[in-house]
Amino acid sequence: MDLSQINPVLLIASLMVAATPILLAAIGELVVERAGVLNLGVEGMMITGAICGFAVAVESGSPLFGFVAAAVGGAVLSLLFVLLTQVALANQVASGLALTLFGLGLSSLLGQGYVGLKPPPTPRLDIPVLSDLPVVGPILFSHDPVLYFGIVVVAATWALLKFTRAGLILRAVGENHDAAHALGYKVVRIRVLAILFGGACAGLGGAYISLIRVPQWTEGMTAGVGWIALALVVFASWKPWRVLLGAYLFGGLTVLQLNLQAAGVAIPVEYLAMSPYVITIVVLVILSADKSRAPAALGRVFHATR
Amino acid sequence: MSEMLLRIEGLTKAYPGVVANDHVSFDIAEGQVHALLGENGAGKSTLVKMIYGLVKPDSGRMLLRGKPYAPAEPRAARADGIAMVFQHFSLFDALDVAENIALGMETPPPMRDLARRIREVSETYGLPLDPFRTVGDLSAGERQRVEIIRCLLQDPKLLIMDEPTSVLTPQEVEILFQTLRKLSAEGTAILYISHKLEEIRTLCDHATVLRLGKNVGECVPRETSARDMAELMVGSTLKTPERVAKAPGPVALELTGLSVASPSAFGTALKNVSVQVSQGEVLGIGGVAGNGQDELLAVLSGEIRAPRDAVKLDGKGIGTLGPTARRALGLLSAPEERLGHAAAPDMSLTENAMLTGSVREGLERRGFLKWGAAQAFAERIIKDFDVRTPGPGNAARALSGGNLQKFVIGREVLQRPRVLVVNQPTWGVDASAAAAIRQAILDLADGGAAVICISQDLDELMEIADRFAALNEGRLTAPRPTAGLTIDEIGLMMGGAHGMEVAHV
Amino acid sequence: MIVLEKRPQPSQFWSLATPIAAVVATMIFGGLLFAVLGKNPVEAIRTIFWDPLLGEFAFYYRPQLLIKGAPLVLIAIGLSLGFKAGIWNIGAEGQYIIGALTGAGVGLAFYPMESWIIFPLMVLAGALGGWAWAMIPALLKVKFGTNEILVSLMLVYVAEQLLASMSLGLLKNPEGFGFPGSRNLQQYDSAHNAELIAGSGMHWGVVAAMITVIFAYVLLNRHMLGFHIRLTGDAPRAARFAGVNPARLILFCLGISGALAGLAGLFEVAGPAGQISIDFNTGYGFTAIIVAFLGRLHPIGILLAGLLMALTYIGGEIAQSQMGLPAAAIQVFQGMLLFFLLALDVLTNFRIRLKTREVA
Repeated sequence: MDLSQINPVLLIASLMVAATPILLAAIGELVVERAGVLNLGVEGMMITGAICGFAVAVESGSPLFGFVAAAVGGAVLSLLFVLLTQVALANQVASGLALTLFGLGLSSLLGQGYVGLKPPPTPRLDIPVLSDLPVVGPILFSHDPVLYFGIVVVAATWALLKFTRAGLILRAVGENHDAAHALGYKVVRIRVLAILFGGACAGLGGAYISLIRVPQWTEGMTAGVGWIALALVVFASWKPWRVLLGAYLFGGLTVLQLNLQAAGVAIPVEYLAMSPYVITIVVLVILSADKSRAPAALGRVFHATR
Repeated sequence: MSEMLLRIEGLTKAYPGVVANDHVSFDIAEGQVHALLGENGAGKSTLVKMIYGLVKPDSGRMLLRGKPYAPAEPRAARADGIAMVFQHFSLFDALDVAENIALGMETPPPMRDLARRIREVSETYGLPLDPFRTVGDLSAGERQRVEIIRCLLQDPKLLIMDEPTSVLTPQEVEILFQTLRKLSAEGTAILYISHKLEEIRTLCDHATVLRLGKNVGECVPRETSARDMAELMVGSTLKTPERVAKAPGPVALELTGLSVASPSAFGTALKNVSVQVSQGEVLGIGGVAGNGQDELLAVLSGEIRAPRDAVKLDGKGIGTLGPTARRALGLLSAPEERLGHAAAPDMSLTENAMLTGSVREGLERRGFLKWGAAQAFAERIIKDFDVRTPGPGNAARALSGGNLQKFVIGREVLQRPRVLVVNQPTWGVDASAAAAIRQAILDLADGGAAVICISQDLDELMEIADRFAALNEGRLTAPRPTAGLTIDEIGLMMGGAHGMEVAHV
Repeated sequence: MIVLEKRPQPSQFWSLATPIAAVVATMIFGGLLFAVLGKNPVEAIRTIFWDPLLGEFAFYYRPQLLIKGAPLVLIAIGLSLGFKAGIWNIGAEGQYIIGALTGAGVGLAFYPMESWIIFPLMVLAGALGGWAWAMIPALLKVKFGTNEILVSLMLVYVAEQLLASMSLGLLKNPEGFGFPGSRNLQQYDSAHNAELIAGSGMHWGVVAAMITVIFAYVLLNRHMLGFHIRLTGDAPRAARFAGVNPARLILFCLGISGALAGLAGLFEVAGPAGQISIDFNTGYGFTAIIVAFLGRLHPIGILLAGLLMALTYIGGEIAQSQMGLPAAAIQVFQGMLLFFLLALDVLTNFRIRLKTREVA
């Protein structure tokens, strides 16, 4: 065992990479839940985004097209959730599960020809001087653009929810859909948009795993990250900046765990590998005392009567 | 006579199985306070929803200042100067007052300007309100002010108010009326929906009476007696419940220093509640909604547990017992919310009879259910309480409000309770069903049971209760005999104007 | 314009017709999917639904129907009780793994002793293992209000890692030449969940599944506890008013679904699978969610749905070997089934009306 192999600067830089898929998926789900919808299909949308992004990036040779395709793929899959919950008024928990099961099958079907391929590399930011700075350079100035985009989405979501009328309406719909309807707001339309946004974000998060973090395609490669993102929304008490904080904490744990594995710590690999899930449970337990922040209409079916 | 503002011509709206509005016509003049009077289910709500653009009429038309008016949605109605205060508040608990108000406006100014305007308007009309308080923490009266101010900020030409006083104390009603009179004097027309005759006689210039969706008459309330208006509204002479005065028996139920927290975030905790109810007595408990009524029912039904001796039945401490054990001892209850609390919406009446009847009616043996006996019990309730339904196999939600309420009350009454607790027994129920339910409660008391009737309908309490107490912010006043109580005394027991300022008009 | 109108009460007809309509719709769209993949859709559907039952080699496949159906039905019955009450255990896959681990562990601990008591002890241990694993989300929900969906799901990943650890470590076959995986229980008579009638596919797991179906039917229709489960699902407040203790109900529903999933795992490891190995679990715990919904959370419905889903597994394997249909296509097919079921379910509670709106 040699812990000195772990370089703290690289650790921080790589935890930001490890955190980005969770961050993207969780901020999307946060918007969905603030609109009063519980979409448990994050895992399914992520894995779909992962393969859509991977396939298009490989075929076109452009990671950018890949990420666009991933967002579209995630959003298209979330459209199925829209049909079930907003049109057919089906139970949101069951529909989310269906989305995940379907997404897992669909992705492995689509991914048949892509196992073992290498995707085109995503260029990293390279600012002269800044990127070469010691410590600060690798941590702040030499990541891929999607990582920065994730942080921008968090900031934009925060600003939207806090300062804009659109954000106010979104929160109102999630708080009390009957009252919002009575005031003349289009509850279903607003929720559909939120769900599509959530799907696109989850798709991006998935593609980040297959195009940058791993980068490769394997079946079921999201391995529960979508579910962890769902837990993260609860952890963050539905607040955007806390999602960022939570994602980085979680990314840190993942990277540390991998580093410990590599350093040959005397804990069996399996127990290190299960630690992220165990820690998620522990965090959920600690935070489940504070439920008051949950949007009041979360998960409830809306049907405009009369 | 002032200018015509809104003319309604032959509005008709049908739902499957019921014609909610059948060729309704009337006019509202500018600055007029116009009452829309009718029983529950007479079609008042549907009519105003059409005016407000929430529902489209099947036929008929509306004219606003002589021009055709057909709002596609509430936004269009608001743009034309029509504003509405809802019966069930359309507010968002987790948002603050200013955010709530901004949501009801087309183009709200920036938050800081909006907050300033809220303060201005609220002071002008004597409705003080802090724009940055969270709405979930406000009292019912304050919540209503949020709605009213939301409307006033848009300079409405017509303000629709749907049953605004049902959540107010008599003193708060007086403040509201002064605000409305001032508005009317400034030229704003008000469409005032109510089934309370005395209110309409004090406030309104003109009244349109609806019965079963039809316009059955118009009158000038100040020149018409309450009795005449009631007959117009109900269509037949009302039978008031009969009451035989009787000396009360020994104490059946006793609460001593009962304090419990509310299980819900925006609920009200009960604070040091002490009261006794005797056999053969009806204790009426009044108070504005949200002052601990639900919690009081829950602590009596056993849904909320209390210290053992804080609740005593026949001298025995039962505070720690659950609902089933309390039923076995004869303490039964009927909550306010019919669908979802007193009854399960998607379950049949037989299953709903099982819901509370299993212990006392012997519908189970060692955990196994006797569905035959449950069905017979459901049929007995249906027959004895004249519940209109094709049969006990029907789902609870298929019943009308009045019929389901008769079922729920009947289910408890037929189990021969020693103590019965009811919350809002006639809320949203038509007059004949309400009369039947009140009579059943009185008969039960005459038979020796103790009854606690929690209600926001003061007339109801005056009619059936022997003694009256009021809940105010979780505290219960000492009960007083109903005979001889004045409306002012009742208002003070309910908390007066809750420290609200009287409008400076 | 299409408008949904709430029915005064749920339609009896549609509650029976929607699963059938969903199966038909899935066959049509599944056929389209197969066509896109370049396979003859009619042949594919026939291979999946017809050949295992009535084709030339059906005698070989029919026993498989029971072998694959039993764990699905066992798990789905348990899940359905919770689902009915709004308690969402979606970690049955994890409970299935732990049941197999504890059950097989007890059996292997006795090796090579032979006794009739060993198998019953394994059954008990399997049920207890699954129960204990499900008690984690149950207790956390009761004590701290933690979301049982996320916790039970996280525990699947934990269980999978435990499985890997066990097959590489504690339970590894000491005579296995270093290969991962435990001893084969099929070769250990006292621990083997053998076929009861040779060539029928009937093993103790099938018997347990049948008993569970009857038990669930009686519970839901004749017993106060079942009534309370249904009541909680329909109206939680009314359930509390009726005297239901929500905490106890959560412990019961999660506990029983965990125990049944654990049983399914034990019967699988001691019978058809034979040994603990890294890839022991094949997703029965997740497919059972589809089975539970497809069976409309009704015991008899679940029995039929379990058999149907087993059929798609077997037929899928045939189509895979004979037509080269990818295994993932069957997974998509099963996912589609759940989709159509949920989408068509709207007809049970709502009426669809075409409305021409008159302008006022």
